[in-house]
Amino acid sequence: MGNPMKIRASVKDGVTEVKVLMQHEMETGLRKDADGKLVPAWHITEVKAQHNGKTVLESQFGTAISKNPYLVFRFKGGIPGEKVSVNWVDNKGDTRTDEAEIS
Amino acid sequence: MINLERRKALKTGGGLGLLGLLAAVGLVQPGMAWAKGEKSAFEAKTMDEALDALGVVTPESSVAVRLTVPEIAENGAVVPVTVDSSLANTERIHILVEKNPSVLAANFTFPEGTEGFVTTRVKMRETSMVIALVKADGKFYRVAKEVKVTAGGCGG
Repeated sequence: MGNPMKIRASVKDGVTEVKVLMQHEMETGLRKDADGKLVPAWHITEVKAQHNGKTVLESQFGTAISKNPYLVFRFKGGIPGEKVSVNWVDNKGDTRTDEAEIS
Repeated sequence: MINLERRKALKTGGGLGLLGLLAAVGLVQPGMAWAKGEKSAFEAKTMDEALDALGVVTPESSVAVRLTVPEIAENGAVVPVTVDSSLANTERIHILVEKNPSVLAANFTFPEGTEGFVTTRVKMRETSMVIALVKADGKFYRVAKEVKVTAGGCGG
């Protein structure tokens, strides 16, 4: 299930800005632990955002996205009280969806 | 099987051909499962491979694309990157870090109504060029800036 995301969405001059902070280790598969063993890759591969059932952002992440990925994007439209949802999928098949109200 | 191939490559390969073959061998590393799409681009170890996999043909530079990165990153594990394209019909933005083990950091696809803008944070192993590739109206544009990294972000 993963840990909850923090999402803030606010509309200004007809454009909604969405800020997302995901919680994920984003292991590259190249790092070694204290015993010198490689830590297996474990990272988000896909992120999708929706507003009123319409996809507003599609994204694929590589291993170079920082731990606890942060993302800001903007789309036209959005009314305070409407919802924006964000979904991620990682390379182990884990997934999480959270939503926030536009303010 | 792979080892045999590699032997052959070592015997017969030379120069760029050898590098290419070794890179190809590198592509079959275990534990790199991708849900779908853009797989080879994310596994690309060099800029040329990444551009090939993304289907980028001779990107132009454009003043309509702004790439904002710090000049010096004290912590290579968290380098903020913002790409802001004022090109009409910006469809995609790719963020690449030239000297990372895997060059491509992320792809963003913007449906109609979403602005050609994105901010995120990337890891950088060492001082490198950070490249923003923007696809607008079917054409590619490229903007690059160097970020000096004082402590790398991809190791223990």
